[in-house]
This record gives sequence, structure tokens and C-alpha cells, in this order.
Amino acid sequence: MVKKSLSIVMTVAMASALTLAGCGSESGSKSDTGTKDGSASSSSSEKVTIKMMHLWPSGSSKQQNMIVNDIINEYQTANPNVTIKQEILENEQYKNKLKVLSASNDLPDVGMTWAAGFLEPYVKGQLFAPLDDTLNDGLKDSFVSGTTDAYAIDGKTYALPLELNITPIYYNKAIFSKYNLEVPQTYEQFKQVVSTLESNGVAPIALGNKDRWTGSLWYMYLADRLGGQDTLRNAVARTGSFEDASLVQAAQEVQDLVKANAFNKGFNGLSNDEGKSEFMNGKAAMYMMGTWELPNFTTNETVPQAFRDNVGFFKFPTIDGGKGNIDSWVGGPGVGLFVAENSKVKDEAKKFVKFFVQKWGEQSVTKAGVIPATKVDTSKVNLPQMYIDILNELGKASNITLFADVQMSPSVAQVHLNMIQALFGNEVSPADFAKNHEKALAEQAGK
Amino acid sequence: MDRVMSNKKMIALYVLPAFMLILALIYIPIVLTGYYGLMRWDGIGAMAFIGLDNYSRLVQDADFWQSAYHSFLLALFSAASLIGYLAIALVLSGDVKGANLLRKIYLVPMLLSSVAIAQLWLKIYHPTSGVLNSFLTSIGGSGSVEWLSNTKIVLLAIFIPIIWQYAGFYILIYYAALKNIPSSLIEAARIDGANPWQIAFRVKIPLIANVAKVTVVLAIVGSLKYFDLIYVMTDGGPNGASEVMASYMYHQAFRSFDFGYGSAIGFFLLLICLVITWLIRKLTASGDDIQYS
Repeated sequence: MVKKSLSIVMTVAMASALTLAGCGSESGSKSDTGTKDGSASSSSSEKVTIKMMHLWPSGSSKQQNMIVNDIINEYQTANPNVTIKQEILENEQYKNKLKVLSASNDLPDVGMTWAAGFLEPYVKGQLFAPLDDTLNDGLKDSFVSGTTDAYAIDGKTYALPLELNITPIYYNKAIFSKYNLEVPQTYEQFKQVVSTLESNGVAPIALGNKDRWTGSLWYMYLADRLGGQDTLRNAVARTGSFEDASLVQAAQEVQDLVKANAFNKGFNGLSNDEGKSEFMNGKAAMYMMGTWELPNFTTNETVPQAFRDNVGFFKFPTIDGGKGNIDSWVGGPGVGLFVAENSKVKDEAKKFVKFFVQKWGEQSVTKAGVIPATKVDTSKVNLPQMYIDILNELGKASNITLFADVQMSPSVAQVHLNMIQALFGNEVSPADFAKNHEKALAEQAGK
Repeated sequence: MDRVMSNKKMIALYVLPAFMLILALIYIPIVLTGYYGLMRWDGIGAMAFIGLDNYSRLVQDADFWQSAYHSFLLALFSAASLIGYLAIALVLSGDVKGANLLRKIYLVPMLLSSVAIAQLWLKIYHPTSGVLNSFLTSIGGSGSVEWLSNTKIVLLAIFIPIIWQYAGFYILIYYAALKNIPSSLIEAARIDGANPWQIAFRVKIPLIANVAKVTVVLAIVGSLKYFDLIYVMTDGGPNGASEVMASYMYHQAFRSFDFGYGSAIGFFLLLICLVITWLIRKLTASGDDIQYS
């Protein structure tokens, strides 16, 4: 009997090991977010320590890490009473740590966050401080217009973006010239390009849709070109319906592309990296991805020079009868800086954030190849041509639609991403695709 | 020494460190998971008590039951594969040439980490440059099976590495148990004229029945809470076609930021595992252990 109950206990132990992952620490007293006004404003002589947490370790993000250190040194030299303490974590660990720290109400004074859906729970929990005063203090005009909107909730901006990305379609010039193909201007021409490549045994488009947001980019562009820049946005914001004819039509177009074998084989089971490698080793002719890939096509020495010279990009073509504009992009800001609401050195932290954003904007693209959310004067910088072209495109962009899975709340985003995978896998009809989105969005709005 | 061991206080002192550790890392989290399961909680903000709402949602959640179905299917496959392992262990424990080497070969997958195994099988299953499709092409097949993106075969494709991963572990357990059988018993059976089949089915297997029961529980409960290879290889996709209960729990908690619901799933999973374990022990209870010595 003892043996028996012992083995049951053992099984309980084994079975429960996995439930461990779900437990965080007890959420502390959330209401205590008021700051002590008197002590917060530091006189210049007072010693101040600002804790900063970021996700650019010197190993995997060497250039970014260097810039951060340069900026911090510069700031500390200019403000000798300020010490900035860094804590650096890898992306996933960073996200987890941020969550744990916020549960114990112990966030760093300055840290990094992502836009919209990621930001929302933190703002609702009153953990981030509004930065409108900093923004209106002469900083607003230096941002590419509209980029700070993604960090705004109920009219207040809670973080200042450092990165900005748009998603062009990259193409392999060598493959295009081999089959006498021109860069398509209209969607009809694009489909022609696809069918020519396909009939010659070249995979037209590289796609790794296990990650799902990759396929979402294609859907978003089709929705934008068919329904215009506001249809999808309105559907997500609940001022419109997801069952709008153009959104259903966009889903139909995705399935037509799949039926025309436009994507590499088995894309639904491949990660983005695996999909990308089809493009990088010349097996696929086109690849749609954010401008964070630009170093791979310009400066990255580990990619063969011959390949880098052969990569060009074009804008997603317009569709006949569609309402979309060719200068409308899918994209969005990457990480942004926040200031913790209950930071004891809030004012000093805000000053530092402002300084950081400005300095970052001057250096990030030249030193790390990261396009900043602040405007870059292309006449003054020395950059590979592809960067100049992209920066110029950014300058004349009519609209930047935020990535759908970032626009939506986390649970709706999961429905969207799963539906994307099902749509590309021909497991759901365009009508049901729209219906499921509508249902998830309506449920979310009702909560 | 005996006096020390009969002293209740001393026993408590020795047991305490391990007990505290288990309590803090296992039992308290279980209780907390149960508690979180009664809340609406996004993992960051304030919690709101909602009673059993998460559980009533769980019962009606078709996606959950689909993932539960996949988990039970995996449990079935794992349990069935035990028969194969037992057969291999029986052969290895006999006087086969090279048994020692074979035993080590079978154990190798155990030594690899799950992520390494996942990467290995991702390469094998790769739709265009994978070993498996190249092999199929070379023997005249079409070689264009999309192992991990075809919703009809992805589940089977992912079960194979999972079962392969644990083969060495179970073979080792059976092997050790079989080696523990006194050779006098087998010799006696041989003298009585038993053939190898009879020795296997009448002597060896009954003698290791207890070990077999434990492995059945291990295999089934292990399958029900299985997570790692699925997370790395398909992430439950495409569109939930390879989702299991643990990955569904993870997605709800860490992707949809629904920690309350995720905790409810975790707690429910624990209950399922407990009930299944109890059932297996009930069904396999056979009175006293067989003793021949």
C-alpha cells in the first residue's frame, strides 16, 4: 500500500512539473503607483541612478549594444550626477522578465516595449508613464509622422519608438533577367511573373508560414490594395466589419496564389528562417519581409557578394479596381522606450529617454543598419544605395499600416494568425476566414 | 544508527529539506495554479474572481478537445510502442552477439536534448531538401510529401520522433529488469523443456510485470503532458493540427495572455493525469506480485 501511494505521489509530481511554468509571483499592491513629487525632481547636484533594461546583448546585437553604450557614456559625461545601470537580456527572456517585474511592481526606470497589443496590458495596469510632455517638448517633429501613434492608448503616448520597418518585396535580379521578367507594376503583371517562374520550375515566392505572421503580411497587402488603407484598420478598431467584401476578396486572392503554386513547397511547415533560406540560396525569386533584413542584402559580409548585388526590392503592386495606393506600406515601429510610472527618478528618466531617442536617430542606421523611427536626412549620410532608396520611400509613404497581429489584442491576434495558416493551407473558405475574424473581434469588444 | 532512525524527530529532520523543496516547487505551484484558474487574469494587471467560468469555457472549447484528442492519440501510440520496446529488450537480454553495442545505439536519442532532436527531424522532414523526401524520390516516389504542413499527416509525422526519442529509455528499463531475473529460474525452465517463447511469456514477462505497469503509467502520463518537440517543430500548427493539451495551455497563457484560462487548462490536465493514473493502476491490479524464488 505504501508503495502504491508512493507511486501515485510520484506521478502527481511528474504531471505537475509542467504547471510550474504558469505561475508567476503574487501581484503586489497595484494601486500604489503614486510618485513622491518632492523627491522625484532631482537637483543637478544630487546623485541619480537610472536603471535601464534592454534586449541588445553584445553577442547577438553587437552594433546596437555599442550605440547604447556610446549614448549612455555621452549622457553620463554631460550629466555627471547621473549613473545609468544597464540590464541586458535576450529577446524572449526580456519579455518574460518584464512580465515578472511588472507583477511585483518593480520595473526598471527605463525599458523597452513593443507597440499596441503588447503595450496595452501594461498601460491598463498603470505601469508605464505617459510621455506626451516629453514628446511635445520639441521631439514630435523629428519622428516620421504617425509612428508614435502605435504607442498611444486613449490619446496618450506611452513609449517612444526607436525602430521603424516597412515590408517591401525583395527579388533576385539574376532570376528575373534569366526569364526576361520586369518588376511588376500591377497585380496582373505580378501574377504573370509568378506563373512564368512557376512554369520554369523556380519557386516564385519564399515563405515560411509556420511563424504565421509571415503569411499575414501577404494578406495585409492584398487587403490594403483592394480595400484601401482604412478597411482592415476599421475592422480591427470595430468601426467596420471584417466581412467587408474587399477583405473577403483579399482572402480569395491569397488562395488563388496558393493554387498557382506561388509559394515554395511545404511553406506552412517551415519557419521564417527556413523560408528565407530558399530566397538566400537562390531557389526562390521573391521574398517579402521587413526592412530589418536589409543588412543581409547590403552590408552583411557572411552573405556572398554576388548574391547581395543581385537583390532589389519593389513595392506591392496595385490591383485594378482596388482602392489601395502603391505608396501605402505594411510595417510598423519595433521596440520603443518606456518610463516606469512608479520610477523614483521619473523626470530624469524622461530626460534620458529624449536624449537617447535623438542620439539613436543620428547613429542607428549608419552604425547598425537599423532604420530609426526619427527622420533621417539621406543627403548627409553615407549608406548603401538600397538603404537610401528605402529611406526615400519612407519619406513619401502615404500610409503605414501596423502589422495585423500587433494591431489586434493578443487573443484576437492568435485567431488571426491561426486563420492565416488555415487560409494558406486551403482549410478554410474566404467567407469563413472573415467570419471567424469578425466573431473573435466582436467577442473581444464585448469583454 | 537504528536508534537514530527510530527517533521521530530525526526522521523529520532528514526528510525536511527534500520535503520543503518539493513543497515549494511542486505542491504550492499546483495550489496556486488551481487558484489562478478561478481568475480572469492577463498575467500583468489585476485579477478578477470569476468562479468556475474558465472551466465551463474549457468544457465547451472545441479547440481544447481537439488538442486533448491528439494527446490521447499520442498516449495510445506511446503505450503501443512499449510492446516493441519489450520485444527488443527481450532479444537484447538474451545472448545476442553485439547486444552491448545495440543497447548503446538505442540509448543515443535519450542523450540528445529535445531541441536537438527537433532540429534533426526538421531537416529530415524538410519538403525540398529533406533526407526523407530525397530518399522517397530515389526509390521512385514523387518525393514531394509536405510532412509538417499537411494537416492530415503532421500528427503522425511528429509522433515518430517523439516515440523514437524515448525508445532508449524504456528499452533500458526493461533490459535492467530482465537482467535482474535470476538465471537459475530460466535454467530451471529450460531443464523443464520450455522453449524460448515459453520462457519469455511464462517466466520473464510475468516477473517484470511490475516494471511494465510503471512504464505504462510513465508512457501515458508523459504523453498527456508532452510539449517540447511539438513546440519546436510545428508550434501546434498548421492551424492547430498538431496541438496537444500542454501546447494549447502554453498558447493560451503566453500567447493570448490569458493566464487565468491557461491555469485552468493546466489544472484540468493535472486532474486528467491523476484520473488516468488511478485508472491504469485499478485495471492492472492483479493481487500479489508474482514471486518465483
